[in-house]
Amino acid sequence: MVEYEAVIGLEVHVELRTKTKAFCSCPNEFGSEPNSNVCPICLAMPGTLPVLNKSLLEYGIRTGLALNCEIAHFCKFDRKNYFYPDLPKAYQLSQSDFPLCLHGYLDVETDLETRRIRINRVHMEEDAGKLVHGEGNADYSLVDLNRGGVPLLEIVTEPDIRTPEEARLYLENLKAIIQYLGVSDCKMEEGSLRCDANISLRPVGTDILNTKVEIKNMNSFRAVQRALEGEIERQHGLYETGESIIQQTRGWDDVTGTTSLMRTKEEAADYRYFPDPDLVPIHLTSELVESIRKGLPELPAARKERFMDDFGLPAYDAGVLTSSRELADYFEKCVSDYHDPKKVSNWVMVEFLRLLNTHNMEVRDAKLTPSHLVEMLQLMDQGTISGKIAKTVFEEMFATGKKAGIVVEEKGLLQISDESKLAEMVEAVLSAHPEVVEDYRKGKGKALGFLVGQVMKQTRGKANPQMVNKLLLERI
Amino acid sequence: MKLTREEIEQVAELAHIALGEDEIIELHNQFNDFIQFVETINDINTDDVEPTYYLLPLKNVWRPDQHHQPLAPDEVFHNTHEHDGGFFKVPRIL
Ligand SMILES: [Zn+2]
Repeated sequence: MVEYEAVIGLEVHVELRTKTKAFCSCPNEFGSEPNSNVCPICLAMPGTLPVLNKSLLEYGIRTGLALNCEIAHFCKFDRKNYFYPDLPKAYQLSQSDFPLCLHGYLDVETDLETRRIRINRVHMEEDAGKLVHGEGNADYSLVDLNRGGVPLLEIVTEPDIRTPEEARLYLENLKAIIQYLGVSDCKMEEGSLRCDANISLRPVGTDILNTKVEIKNMNSFRAVQRALEGEIERQHGLYETGESIIQQTRGWDDVTGTTSLMRTKEEAADYRYFPDPDLVPIHLTSELVESIRKGLPELPAARKERFMDDFGLPAYDAGVLTSSRELADYFEKCVSDYHDPKKVSNWVMVEFLRLLNTHNMEVRDAKLTPSHLVEMLQLMDQGTISGKIAKTVFEEMFATGKKAGIVVEEKGLLQISDESKLAEMVEAVLSAHPEVVEDYRKGKGKALGFLVGQVMKQTRGKANPQMVNKLLLERI
Repeated sequence: MKLTREEIEQVAELAHIALGEDEIIELHNQFNDFIQFVETINDINTDDVEPTYYLLPLKNVWRPDQHHQPLAPDEVFHNTHEHDGGFFKVPRIL
């Protein structure tokens, strides 16, 4: 039986967070009133002249450098011609044969190995407007051009991705890098990061490129992975039954978890690119590129290494913590005031991330700040609260933003370390469970845990567990 | 180089222009005449000439990333009656 492998390439569009649009000075904002961020240039009035936003060029170079690309010494803008009502000029300003960045790569770590995904190119272009279709059978569509002219980077890989999981890892890494660079917020749900995939299958060990299928409309990284898994199965089935693969575009449906054939915009293959005569060509000096390189922030891979070296964290912890710049900043703030990085890492990775996910929140939205966490850890170290109570305190701080000391006081969570008081409870538990005491004496170690548990239960978790342990052992 | 009739039809389709039989024939001839005329340029030796992507002696023109006031709503829709609730209205697509 022939074994197949997938040949996958990804095309990602990232909306840049510049203040203004790519070729006019309209605000680049998400969620404004329809058509409130438009001007004669982005409405495509005759006689207007687009001028390149310097930030678009700089963000493009930053991204190219972070993706290990060569930055072109010469590049230019071209017109990509097609008719669609979200594109009032009837062409999109894009880059065809001379893109800004070429030949980069991004390394991703799978469970087995490091895989190098080559980047074919990164180029600058503008976004189109947004179409809202009329309700029911209405014979019209509505157009909002606020997004028209918003700057985009298109980032295209070589067909180097072999599994749906690699595709997801590539996207996660790419998103982290772009967020670290501060050039985009990469919110797939707001459309500021969009991904299309090309996929074909071939027998393992060959290097042929078979007919590929394009998949669009994937609205999350998880969706990309699922859509690719489904498409591998579909194509595999076709090869098995001897049918041929037809080149096509398929749309992902998140509800059914399947793809289906998409009707596409006209004979799109023929965009009749030609150099845009309104926009002036760009000649980049090495000095300019190098000055931008010097201004690059520490990127996720480097930060992960540093977290392992400086804080002695395991690779897994360092990877999770550096997956977003905000989370890594949060962690570093905590450890600048607290001596035990691994302890901080555990609380941030487990409890903090769990609560953020449950409430669908970003780090920046959290009321629980690094100083909240540090104070709580100090209370634990002082024996004021137990580890079990700390979890309750943590959740309360997360919900209310109150400081640990205040939560402990208000909720009466102070750890009971009063030896005589605990001794009384221990005596009571021992006399209530003579059979368990007998078991312990016969060598059943587990019996001790039960007795500790009884004391903890009576104090609703507030007893100092070490002390309870000690008192029990003295009396048993 | 000569364009085929199919290429004329394809260009018309891409441009969303409906052509009658007479027009296809007429344009086919005109296109080919014109291409022949322009092809004279191929006789010039350009071995030592850099490719031209832009005609004016300009490069690196850009603007700072600073807001200007966008158009007011009445100005946005000044040239059309086809708008509704702040949107432009167009014939339904798909
Ligand atoms: Zn504008």
